Amino acid sequence: MSSETPESDIQGDYEAEKQDSQEKNASTMKVEEAKLKAKYPGLGQKPGGSDLLMKRLTRGQKYFDSGDYNMAKAKMKNKQLPTAGPVKNLVTGDHIPTPQDLPQRKSSLVTSKLVG
Amino acid sequence: MAGPGADMQWCFSQVKGAIDDDVAEADIISTVEFNHTGELLATGDKGGRVVIFQQEIENKNLPQFRSEYNVYSTFQSHEPEFDYLKSLEIEEKINKIRWLPQKNAAQFLLSTNDKTIKLWKISERDKRPEGYNLKEEDGRYKDPNSITALRVPVLIPMDLMVEASPRRVFSNAHTYHINSISVNSDNETYLSADDLRINLWNLEITDRSFNIVDIKPTNMEELTEVITAAEFHPLHCNTLVYSSSKGTIRLCDMRESALCDKHSKLFEEPEDPSNRSFFSEIISSISDVKFSHNGRYMMTRDYLSVKVWDLNMENRPVETYQVHEYLRSKLCSLYENDCIFDKFECCWNGNDSVVMTGSYNNFFRMFERSQRRDVTLEASRENSKPLQVLKPRKVCAGGKRKKDEISVDSLDFNKKILHTAWHPQENIIAVATTNNLYIFQDKVN
Repeated sequence: MSSETPESDIQGDYEAEKQDSQEKNASTMKVEEAKLKAKYPGLGQKPGGSDLLMKRLTRGQKYFDSGDYNMAKAKMKNKQLPTAGPVKNLVTGDHIPTPQDLPQRKSSLVTSKLVG
Repeated sequence: MAGPGADMQWCFSQVKGAIDDDVAEADIISTVEFNHTGELLATGDKGGRVVIFQQEIENKNLPQFRSEYNVYSTFQSHEPEFDYLKSLEIEEKINKIRWLPQKNAAQFLLSTNDKTIKLWKISERDKRPEGYNLKEEDGRYKDPNSITALRVPVLIPMDLMVEASPRRVFSNAHTYHINSISVNSDNETYLSADDLRINLWNLEITDRSFNIVDIKPTNMEELTEVITAAEFHPLHCNTLVYSSSKGTIRLCDMRESALCDKHSKLFEEPEDPSNRSFFSEIISSISDVKFSHNGRYMMTRDYLSVKVWDLNMENRPVETYQVHEYLRSKLCSLYENDCIFDKFECCWNGNDSVVMTGSYNNFFRMFERSQRRDVTLEASRENSKPLQVLKPRKVCAGGKRKKDEISVDSLDFNKKILHTAWHPQENIIAVATTNNLYIFQDKVN
């Protein structure tokens, strides 16, 4: 860049270029927005919107109650450890289990695969 | 440490994790962090486990034999819990790990999931006592009548054992999901931030925590933004920053008031309101904020770019780097597959001359600040021969695709690099793909 160009000109060029690219970006995004609205006409009128935020705040799987949670965990646990005894595997979610039927609720005993 | 020159090249060093494509949820890596010397590298995963690797220094005088990272310790940090009041599951996923500066022989780190922060002590044991008076070597108690003489037990060497024990559990202080923890430079306090609040803790005290930022509106209908990340200044113990989902960063000075709801500085790049679209706010959401090591700058990551801010200038960033601008014309599909909500992190190198962040297709990007050079590299098993030099990658945005370029539509959006870390002193980087940890080092000529 020429050393004689006054600072204000360089600044002006920068601002103009930035505005150009911002406008180009904006039109690209408006095209994308139109695509989205065409697919989902009912989508929120407010940009971003507090719907998204509320969804973010209440993230996390909801269960009906702790019993539902423990049953789901037991089902997952049995899937992960297929060798954990045949009889106990059958008791998950199909009927009300007795305490003896439910496997111990312990989280992953498996070591991370990053180790060795 | 020599700054990376224009001809800096990166080589593969190591890769950790399973090769198979069938990834178990628990193995998804959720955080990567070097300690302050770079000797230790910690990872956290979705299964609540922490794995710590240690740099084994061999032949430091022979530069071509760069040290390797091997497993040092691994433990289950968090377990899944159930919030009985709300009937919500509390995931055991480790959101963040932060190391404490080393004060004695042991190492300490903070690890957090959505609700609970834990302080872990990792200590080495290489001696054990032998020659007890009342116990046999196998632990059984002797018959006291059989003891005729007293002796002093001696410490004898044993195989190194690394033990991790939870020293503090900081719980019940967050209604919303914790996204950040940051240790203060005073080494006595730390902050934890969730979507709406930031709390200050003393590392010694678990039953009390001070709320320093609260952006929860009285009426939740009026909620417009959430806190996305927070960090303490590396040198000034009174200063912290937090970023928002609207793309703003607020700097707070804890000396001003007990409750820092009113910011000292507000960093925001102005946007022409006519340019706004449905997507503008979503992609402006800041997913990570990091101070430079020298404390003069901070870096923010939003969906498409990395911005470097001078702490003395609030109205615009001093540098903006486009990470994957070609995605701007794909925002509709990225919204539909939820990728637009991916939270990428970013990091500085040791002397603040280069910044790095991840992208899709297992690509990651480095931006050299002074020379304005950038490079795209890939973490893949195909480039994992020992000391293999990584070839720069290029994405073709449109038009004629050159040889060796990848077109935007061929990118694998399931292969995302969200977490990267740079050794604080050397040119060694840790890059986490979904379930693998890659370690790269610069090519030593």
